[in-house]
Amino acid sequence: MFDLLGIPPQVLFSQLLLGLINGAFYAMLSLGLAVIFGLLNIVNFAHGALYMMGAFGAWMLLNYLGIGYWWALLLSPLMVGLFGVLIERLLLRWLYDLDHLYGMILTFGLALVITGLFRNFYGATGMPYTLPPLLTGGHNLGFMFLPNSRAFVIASSLIVCLSTWFVIERTRLGSYLRAATENPALTEAFGINVSLLVTMTYGFGVALAGFAGVLAAPIYSVNPTMGSDLIIVVFAVVVIGGMGSILGSIITGFSLGIVEGLTKVFWPEASATVIFVIMAIVLMAKPAGLFGRSS
Amino acid sequence: MPLLAVKELEAWYGESHVLHGVTFDVPSGEVVTLLGRNGAGKSTTLKAIIGIMRRRKGSIRFSGKETIGLSARAIARSGIAFCPEDRGIYSSLNVEENLRLPPVVQDGGLSVDEIFDMFPNLRERLKSPGTKLSGGEQQMLAIGRILRTGAKFLLLDEPTEGLAPVIVQQIGRTIKELKARGFTIVLVEQNFHFASTVADRHYVMEHGRVVDMVPNADLAASAAKLSRYLGV
Repeated sequence: MFDLLGIPPQVLFSQLLLGLINGAFYAMLSLGLAVIFGLLNIVNFAHGALYMMGAFGAWMLLNYLGIGYWWALLLSPLMVGLFGVLIERLLLRWLYDLDHLYGMILTFGLALVITGLFRNFYGATGMPYTLPPLLTGGHNLGFMFLPNSRAFVIASSLIVCLSTWFVIERTRLGSYLRAATENPALTEAFGINVSLLVTMTYGFGVALAGFAGVLAAPIYSVNPTMGSDLIIVVFAVVVIGGMGSILGSIITGFSLGIVEGLTKVFWPEASATVIFVIMAIVLMAKPAGLFGRSS
Repeated sequence: MPLLAVKELEAWYGESHVLHGVTFDVPSGEVVTLLGRNGAGKSTTLKAIIGIMRRRKGSIRFSGKETIGLSARAIARSGIAFCPEDRGIYSSLNVEENLRLPPVVQDGGLSVDEIFDMFPNLRERLKSPGTKLSGGEQQMLAIGRILRTGAKFLLLDEPTEGLAPVIVQQIGRTIKELKARGFTIVLVEQNFHFASTVADRHYVMEHGRVVDMVPNADLAASAAKLSRYLGV
């Protein structure tokens, strides 16, 4: 086998894989944030907490009701989505005529409340979530070992992200969504129910976070702060990709995961900060983000 | 009974009171213009009728039903279609998506093919982003897309603004053809000559009120009065 700058390929590929997995989560979370920001103009700081709720949802379904991983993949995002619908209808709805900052403060507060509640009931230490039997084991690809659980996360994230992109960019429902994002007043004046679209979009965006949470449950441990740790990086990803860009957030999410993984190989000390350095550079060169439209 | 009866309509942009009791009727099947200087309240009147101006009071009866308390969505669903002054073409939608965006609210709308017959330019540009079209094509798209919906009552806000004479003529032919098909149209116009070639009657607006009505047949006789109103 070849050696790259003295780095054994096994190390390189396993870090690449870890990067891709992180990227899969960045992509799902930043996609939800982008869709929500596009239509609602709200930076959803509660996103990390809702991701955590998705993971806890899976854990509760298993431990309280005996419902396993596969059903949890469907049910937990559904519950998080419904919770999002309630948030939108009862709280966010009142803020649309106000400055962006109010939405940020409200969702930030919500994140603190949700995280606090879960910490109160479940403590700060993580709880394990066992892998379903189908995802244990893995394949030897010759140059590296690919665990099934990891392959499943990457594949599901890709499928979910690309389906979301397809629905938004290629279907009639998606054209309603794009129109409402661009000019809500006129879209409403054509007889389209923009307020329902807004509710469904928020529900869908946070359901994506919930889905990511379920995927994360068996890989990382389930704990109340898992969302707040991740969301800071995800916000950097969104800023780099450009607020509100659908394809941009998917591509940026995966690429930055890979960049982060490669940095771990070549300059491990920088791996925690590389995304923020990229963010600073992108902000200087292209303030609207790589895929953003400057307005 | 007129198809649309506006009585004592008032409207506000935030704190600024812009319509001060607008009253006029639109008989079914007519083309009616709102004339007046900039800032007289013509566009605002259209926006108040379709419900984009949310802060409004008075009475707007459409087909005998009061619509003043309805949302823009409900008003559109009752069969009124609006074409805004800035044309409102969506840049994130291609031409075909723009054309098919407004939902059908009633039977009897034009088919996409009929719209292409009216505006052949659009057929060749279906996959272009909506805002990559020329100004004239964008105006055709803006009018074309509301003809699909089945709404027979159209609010057109300055459809000829900034367009080349040949396009203005094409829009004029379109308005006449729509009238022949039984559409009722309220037109806001700065181009008085154009208005006189398509309309049945003209309402003159000043300072947020309708101050006069001139049937198109009496136009020659009222020329002096109108030019005083419009300052031309």
